[in-house]
Amino acid sequence: MQDFSIRVGGAAGEGIATLGEGFCRLFTRNGYHAYGHTAYQSVIRGGHVWFHARGSPDRIWSLGDGTDVLYALDRQTVDLHAHSLRGGGIVIFDPEKFTFPPETVPAGAKILPIPTLEIARKFASDPILQGSVGMGAATYFSGLPLETLDAILTENFERKGAQVLQQNLQAAHAGYEFAKGKSTPHPAALAPHHGESKMLLTGNQAIALGAAAAGCKLLSQYPMTPATSIMHWMADHSVSLGIVVKQMEDELGAINAAIGASHAGVRSMTASSGGGFSLMVEALGMAAMTETPLVVAIAQRSGPSTGLPTKTEQGDLNLMLGAGQGEFPRIILAPGGVVEAYRQTMDAFRLSEDWQVPALVASDFTLSEDFQSADRSDFATDVELPSLFAVSPPSNGSSYKRYAITPTGVSPRAIPGQKGLAFTAGSDEHDEGGRLVSDVLVGTPAAIQVRKQMMEKRMRKLHGIVAATPPPPLEGSAHADVTIIAWGSTACPVRDALGLLASEGISANLLYVAQPYPLHAKEVAKTILTARQVLLVEANYSGELGHLIRAETGLDIPHKLLKYDGEPFTPHEIVEKVKEIARVR
Amino acid sequence: MSITNESQVKTTGQLPVITVGKSGTKPTWCPGCGDYGVLAGVERAVKMLDLPPHEVLIVSGIGCSSNLPHFLNSYGFHAIHGRAVAVAEGAKLANHGLHVIVTGGDGDGYGIGVGHLIHAMRRNIDLTYVVMNNEIYGLTTGQASPTSLMGAKTKSTPLGVIEQPINPIALALSSGATYVARAFSGDVKHMGDMIAGGIRHKGFSLIDVLSPCVTYNHLNSYDYFRQRVYKLENSGHDPSQLMKAYEKSFEWEPRVPTGLFYQVSKPTYEDLEPALKAGPLAHQPVTGLKGKRDLLEEFV
Repeated sequence: MQDFSIRVGGAAGEGIATLGEGFCRLFTRNGYHAYGHTAYQSVIRGGHVWFHARGSPDRIWSLGDGTDVLYALDRQTVDLHAHSLRGGGIVIFDPEKFTFPPETVPAGAKILPIPTLEIARKFASDPILQGSVGMGAATYFSGLPLETLDAILTENFERKGAQVLQQNLQAAHAGYEFAKGKSTPHPAALAPHHGESKMLLTGNQAIALGAAAAGCKLLSQYPMTPATSIMHWMADHSVSLGIVVKQMEDELGAINAAIGASHAGVRSMTASSGGGFSLMVEALGMAAMTETPLVVAIAQRSGPSTGLPTKTEQGDLNLMLGAGQGEFPRIILAPGGVVEAYRQTMDAFRLSEDWQVPALVASDFTLSEDFQSADRSDFATDVELPSLFAVSPPSNGSSYKRYAITPTGVSPRAIPGQKGLAFTAGSDEHDEGGRLVSDVLVGTPAAIQVRKQMMEKRMRKLHGIVAATPPPPLEGSAHADVTIIAWGSTACPVRDALGLLASEGISANLLYVAQPYPLHAKEVAKTILTARQVLLVEANYSGELGHLIRAETGLDIPHKLLKYDGEPFTPHEIVEKVKEIARVR
Repeated sequence: MSITNESQVKTTGQLPVITVGKSGTKPTWCPGCGDYGVLAGVERAVKMLDLPPHEVLIVSGIGCSSNLPHFLNSYGFHAIHGRAVAVAEGAKLANHGLHVIVTGGDGDGYGIGVGHLIHAMRRNIDLTYVVMNNEIYGLTTGQASPTSLMGAKTKSTPLGVIEQPINPIALALSSGATYVARAFSGDVKHMGDMIAGGIRHKGFSLIDVLSPCVTYNHLNSYDYFRQRVYKLENSGHDPSQLMKAYEKSFEWEPRVPTGLFYQVSKPTYEDLEPALKAGPLAHQPVTGLKGKRDLLEEFV
């Protein structure tokens, strides 16, 4: 597979993320697919930040396995990332800032000193301008046109005034020309203009966009990495889309306000990471008990406790499965990439509304913060959104029953403000009319019967949800030597790995568990039983999806590739593991 | 719960207003509980204002007093412990055309839920919060509450409480509530006036109701309060004066002021939220991204 990767690193505050996103757009504006991986620490200034921007004519799903241009703004970047350079790789750096022994860089890689600061000083006194010089040089090596960079810089700097913009454009051009004067482009450089420009977005942006498309009108949230940028996007679009964004005092407030809003007739969502979601669990049960639709986006990060705030993990599946006391139905959707994040957030709203159960959208640091390209056609926006004020008072004069027992478990939902349908939603156990059976009635034969019926009413929704949702898709050839099972964002590097394996003549496929709960146990079991070899790939220590599959199917998956060091999977790691298993056979 | 179905009411000539009233579910409180008075006070207030049941949402938390929504025929949400205010905030933002009344106890509002309360007050969101303050945890059979007085002997403090009680009135004044009142459940008429004033008021209203627990709090009894309460409106208090209100908020012995401590007109959160300019959110058209495909270009 043809691809080209630029990695840039430096200290927090040097604008690394802006440079990295700019490199990604260099690819997508020229019609290439892109993937942008961001790695930072929980500091505002200093530390080590890096961004890996990868472009390819083919759809790509991860940061890949090598670097072609390493733009180092500090010595640490060379020390930490030179190993990622592959054949023909180039290191660009400013010798005025630091130097390093040439043996730091793998044999076959080129070292190109560029006086970025000196060039920058010609145009402005602010050293931040050096970034545009380096960007110009990296653009030259990528083979992509300077005009694309001009457009990207214009968008980035226009709001800072004509002078700043002009300085940055001049700096970028000078960097480009400097590199051109010293070297030929990278041997793997891409051809300019591959096709129509593509979209580039993070998983969090896709979740927010999906929520907006699903008719979400209220987001209540409390900041927590890596979920925070969902709130940022929504806040930026609050007025234009008519969405109330409420930053609450804590996650307890956030989820309870979302439930209150949903009760009052507005599609609503809250979002957090595992720590904040841990605070929300009591209210999650309330949403299920009162049968109030609710969407919660959970962007997992490395735990436990504060864990690694800026690193990835899929360690919260057990939490999502077990969150809340007692037993109640819930839905857990786990998008792989950004398009799935968009679609599954919409699915979460629809399913939550249809079944009156809480729906959780399980993202993680990798999906939430990394960038992926997509085509506009991947995003359907023409969705019919039914009115929530659809129930009318019974015509036969009988009382409206908010929790009427039905074959599906779903009862007609009235909204406060509707005449003749008033009811009280109770977090206590209640009867069909919403009357409490928890206090003076509890233990009486009638109340015992009500309790049993209401439990069954709520729990049988799970059967309906399984029947109403698609089973996990098997991606790749139907018959493969190795079947990989993954959920959430881990599906993405697996997809890249499938391509690499195919090029080496090894057949593998992916059972992408997009809906871990309720699990399509029958279909999952069938896949496992008919597969030659099965490999479970999860970004956690214990294989939480594996446990769920065993609980639901009785089947154990002996081969596991588990990663819990905070870093995302690279395709290479998965390829090696698959080969190992294929050899065992 | 007998639900009044307005669509079945004959509406010839003058439109009859069916106001919020009893639901038919009998209260679960102990005989003599102060909360009966509060239920009567809330009912009195909504009747005074002729509020139709479908336009009223009563949100509560957990505790004896939080069962209140079940006893009225309006919409209700009986939430979990301490979260009533947060649920109510979400509901109010979703449909600010509704009259959202929050009811609950001192443990619910001043203990486990005090964080939400403070922030709701500083937002000046248009909620009417009626706290049935009995200075005890009743439903869990008699432990100290955030408003239990120093020295109060309870099951969790057999030797007496050794921490200062929360001062709900001072807390509300300092947190930005724009209508701050106290009532006594032994005086339903006055309480009804206080609650009705709170519902009419645009902004956050706190009505702290001294509501004796006849089973577990033998210190703060009806007699205790009858000997102490007096009405601010009969004492020349000017409710427009914040600092005067502060002074009054610290009075307890020998006399306990009731009535309106403070009221000020300020924009509500809903007034200031740009996304609500087009009217209640629940009634704004829900179009999702229909006709907004150009939004995708922002990502290109």
